[in-house]
Amino acid sequence: MSLIAADHICVRFDGAEVLHDVSLQIAPGEIVTILGPNGSGKSTLLRALLGILPVAEGRILRQAGVRIGYVPQRLMIDRTMPITVRRFLSLPIRVNDVAATEALARVGMAGHGKNQMTALSGGQLQRVLLARALLGDPQVLMLDEPTQGLDQPGEAAFYRLIEEVRRDTGAAILMVSHDLHVVMAASDRVICLNGHICCEGTPRVVSSAPEYRALFGLGTQGALALYRHEHDHEHRAEDGSAHHHHHDHDTAHEHDNA
Amino acid sequence: MLDDFLVRAGLAAVGLSLATGPLGAFVVWRRMAYFGDATAHAAILGVALALATDLPIGLGTLVVALAMAVTVAGLSARGWAMDTTLGVLAHSALAFGLVAVSYFPKVRTDLSAFLFGDILAVSRADLGLVWLGSLAVVGLLVWRWQALLTATLSEDLAHAAGLKPDRERLVLVIALAVVVAVALKVVGALLIAAMLIIPAATARRLARTPEAMALGAVALGAIAGLGGLALSLWQDTPTGPSIVVVAALLFALCALRRQR
Repeated sequence: MSLIAADHICVRFDGAEVLHDVSLQIAPGEIVTILGPNGSGKSTLLRALLGILPVAEGRILRQAGVRIGYVPQRLMIDRTMPITVRRFLSLPIRVNDVAATEALARVGMAGHGKNQMTALSGGQLQRVLLARALLGDPQVLMLDEPTQGLDQPGEAAFYRLIEEVRRDTGAAILMVSHDLHVVMAASDRVICLNGHICCEGTPRVVSSAPEYRALFGLGTQGALALYRHEHDHEHRAEDGSAHHHHHDHDTAHEHDNA
Repeated sequence: MLDDFLVRAGLAAVGLSLATGPLGAFVVWRRMAYFGDATAHAAILGVALALATDLPIGLGTLVVALAMAVTVAGLSARGWAMDTTLGVLAHSALAFGLVAVSYFPKVRTDLSAFLFGDILAVSRADLGLVWLGSLAVVGLLVWRWQALLTATLSEDLAHAAGLKPDRERLVLVIALAVVVAVALKVVGALLIAAMLIIPAATARRLARTPEAMALGAVALGAIAGLGGLALSLWQDTPTGPSIVVVAALLFALCALRRQR
């Protein structure tokens, strides 16, 4: 039973079709990444799923009463509005101090409640947005390019946090991204989008799919191989199966192509 | 007590600031300053309409201000170039209003009362309307407060939370039209936007939360109202502009203090 699903949806802006015949389903507890180049309709798909954008054809199906948390791509808070982190967490549903403190601690922002939202760095703002989304105890967490503007350590830390959230709350995660490598490692399923769904599957399947290569070129293969490798490594630690572990990217690359 | 015109004037100023405080905060947050101008200028056209149809002035103003506000909100939703559109509408409304009003000789002599307000001539009935309108606006804003704030911060966040940003925008549009209608008598069509923006902008420098800014704007608006009344009596200056002068001085004071 999926929590939320798109059933053959098309989305149009001024007659131009941005999404064509897209179907996807999010099951409880899985991490799904929508991957695509700029202008491929990634954010549009997320916004259609959230009900922000109307669909021209097809349907959005939600499990009755499903709780969705949303972390937008970025939040430009006008400097004319004074608002503390604590106050922001209480929008639009008021939460008590205990819950707010706990949510901030979970995302590593303990003690920042009295800070002004406009004074936060990019990474801190993303964490606060995540904390706010978590306060609704979501079954599905939707994140639109959550690590845009973060440096690499910040990005990696944020993805670790997302995985922790999934582990601790069991929430399904639907993430939009155009940064390839870290996403690949963190996802159960990758959907490669370019107006329509080009290919989808596990990170390994997608990264070797010809449609994916056509979209992103072969230049990224080194980085992908590297990160897929780390992914394999984790799995081996979990299931204990012996699998040859390459340290050389190029070797891994050839191996995977074979 | 209400027999004293000064008491009535003071109460009208305080009553108006109850609504202009929180509404002004939204005007500042959403950068609706020109929007406020367009709506306020339409009030003069409303005066002409009321005179032509023998309706009460307040009602004519309310109807035309509401029509203008809804038009502007509709155009902005369709993605018109708002700066230009509002500029056209704001000044056209004023010009049309002034021309229309000139057909009524009685008003012609008294035009400045509509442009700059005539707070010293506020009757008991006027006072009642100011408070009634202000309290209605305050009630509306308090009722929708959480949703309004969320939609102001981010329409996407509001949508995702199941709110309707369009509806919240309409709430502000209606509130603005009501404030324009009741403020006409107090500060006049040309200075209504000033009473929305200046106290809120001043309070911004003193506040850490949206609520503090809105309440601060109420207090600063009331101080400006009473201070302007005093200035007007003392220096025999027009009252509406005097109120705005005091509001502007408070703003300058805060700006200077902050810079040190």
